[in-house]
Amino acid sequence: MSTTATRAGLPTAEERRSGSRPKRHYGTHIFLTAMAVMWLIPLGWALFTALRPIASTNEHGYFSIAGDFNFDNFAQAWTQGGIAKYFWNSVIISVPAVLLVLFLSSMMAFAVSRVSWKFNVTLLIMFTAGNLLPPQVLAAPLFEMAKHFEVPYAFSDSGNMLNTYIVVIAVNTAFQMGFCTFVLSNYMKALSADLTEAALVDGAGIWRQYREIIMPLCRPAFAALGTLEVIFIYNDYFWPLIFIQSGDRLPVTTAINNLQGEFLNDYNLLAAGAVITVIPTLIVYLLLQRQFVAGLTLGSSKG
Amino acid sequence: MSTTARDLVPPESRAPSGAPAKGVKSGKVRRLSRRDKVVLSLMVGIPTLIQLVFVWLPTLMSIALSFMRWNGLALTDVRPAGLGNYQYISQDYPPFWPAMQHNLLWLAFLALVATPLGLLLAVLLDQQIRGSKIYQSIFFAPVMLSLALIGIIWQLFYQRDNGLLNFLLGTSGTPQAVDWFGDSSVNIWAALIAATWRHAGYVMLLYLAGLKGVDPSLKEAAAIDGANAVQTFFRVVFPAMRPINIVIVVITIIESLRAFDVVYVINRGTNGLELISALVIQNLVGEGQVIGVGSALAVVLLVISLVPIVFYLSRTFGKENKA
Repeated sequence: MSTTATRAGLPTAEERRSGSRPKRHYGTHIFLTAMAVMWLIPLGWALFTALRPIASTNEHGYFSIAGDFNFDNFAQAWTQGGIAKYFWNSVIISVPAVLLVLFLSSMMAFAVSRVSWKFNVTLLIMFTAGNLLPPQVLAAPLFEMAKHFEVPYAFSDSGNMLNTYIVVIAVNTAFQMGFCTFVLSNYMKALSADLTEAALVDGAGIWRQYREIIMPLCRPAFAALGTLEVIFIYNDYFWPLIFIQSGDRLPVTTAINNLQGEFLNDYNLLAAGAVITVIPTLIVYLLLQRQFVAGLTLGSSKG
Repeated sequence: MSTTARDLVPPESRAPSGAPAKGVKSGKVRRLSRRDKVVLSLMVGIPTLIQLVFVWLPTLMSIALSFMRWNGLALTDVRPAGLGNYQYISQDYPPFWPAMQHNLLWLAFLALVATPLGLLLAVLLDQQIRGSKIYQSIFFAPVMLSLALIGIIWQLFYQRDNGLLNFLLGTSGTPQAVDWFGDSSVNIWAALIAATWRHAGYVMLLYLAGLKGVDPSLKEAAAIDGANAVQTFFRVVFPAMRPINIVIVVITIIESLRAFDVVYVINRGTNGLELISALVIQNLVGEGQVIGVGSALAVVLLVISLVPIVFYLSRTFGKENKA
């Protein structure tokens, strides 16, 4: 944040060219400030509610700044709501899924962008299209496939693939792979052909070209996509909703909905639970915002 | 290594496999050794297999199941149903037409309110005004949140008795207080505001990137020709952002078809918040487990989604295919 702020202070080349005569933007500022305030109200209200103990809310009402402000709701939501466990479940799902997505789509992107063969455009179209489908279209067959895929009880207590993390990871991986393959293949196409030509002269095989030449050059794209995918998969509400039936295995994004029932009428506690789940996103937002933005625009700029 | 591989293949295919070692003119068709071919087919095969099994096979199964009657129990219980499921959803399934209308309303609202708002914010923030980065960070914040969480945050804001909105309107605690997410005559609008909160920030971000990519000399040329700011924008800048415009059109349509999380968190997509996506899931997880009906709804969703998908793919890959 601080780095972006200082960068904003410096005039860019573009600015200097267009002659930075002092412009007053009072109207613009009034409009933007009004919008910004409206934008922050829902978040601010959740935070405000979360910081007030239910006792002072009961005494003074919700619309009052009287009474105490403390973090008791957060502590209570954390323990009573079992949020630590949900966070851990999110980690178990997101980490393998993101690594798999990046690994598989980098191989696929390499094959369709750096090697010329008959079906590479067809496959790239198939991958891109797959990512654009609404997930609800695939939900029923995937649910039935998981249900009828029988495994030993030692492996899964449901006797099939329902209620396992593996199926959530696999489906998330398959679904996100299309987007990452599309973005990475555009990125790799832009790399000079001479790079791999030179390697070919040295007798490097496909795997060495991929591993030692193309992969290191794609680091910026991986940083951006990795950040984006962590947020996408952490924020995924839908697939765990379909596949995971026991509440204590849900990742945090799907589980917070259950807090609505658990913390019935204690909106302070619910607000605290909601704010806690924002924290990982907030960390990414503050530390890796530029990567995240780069990831989002990377996907669209080549469109 | 390539020599051992070459010895194992028949003589007629030897010539191409020898090429990479010489590697002088590989031209457009790259010559690959046998080992390279194996590596390459694994690199393509594994992701393709995963994609086929978890995305395209289920899509085809959805289509097949939409013509079947099934309770989701034993595979032997699957019965052909012809067009029965489609007939049922269009004629005897009360939430179907409201859901279609709501999806259409969702699209119209995102396209006519949320997307133009995002574009407006981007244009305003693109002129070098003070605090631009701070404004950007604020408008962008909801994009990082899950739609499920957005549903809960707005629930706190919209509640009848303790929500901030009714307090600000002065109706809190009175009989006029509106339960914004509970009242079936207003809740779709309330949900649309919550969805706009996120969508506008996303559109703003993409347009900010798009505006930076517009050649400044275009604007200067327009200014010299005597165009004012509004004319410059609509006649020069906006058409120059064509690739981004296409992406935004596609994103807006797809988002309105995918809309699910917000309404499902509020009330599972019932009582004024019916959407096709939510009906699919209700039929899957509900009591009866009417897989055929759910699949018919899924196919309706699929067919509608194919319009923007095909449009986008033909725009993106059309040139490459012709080449």
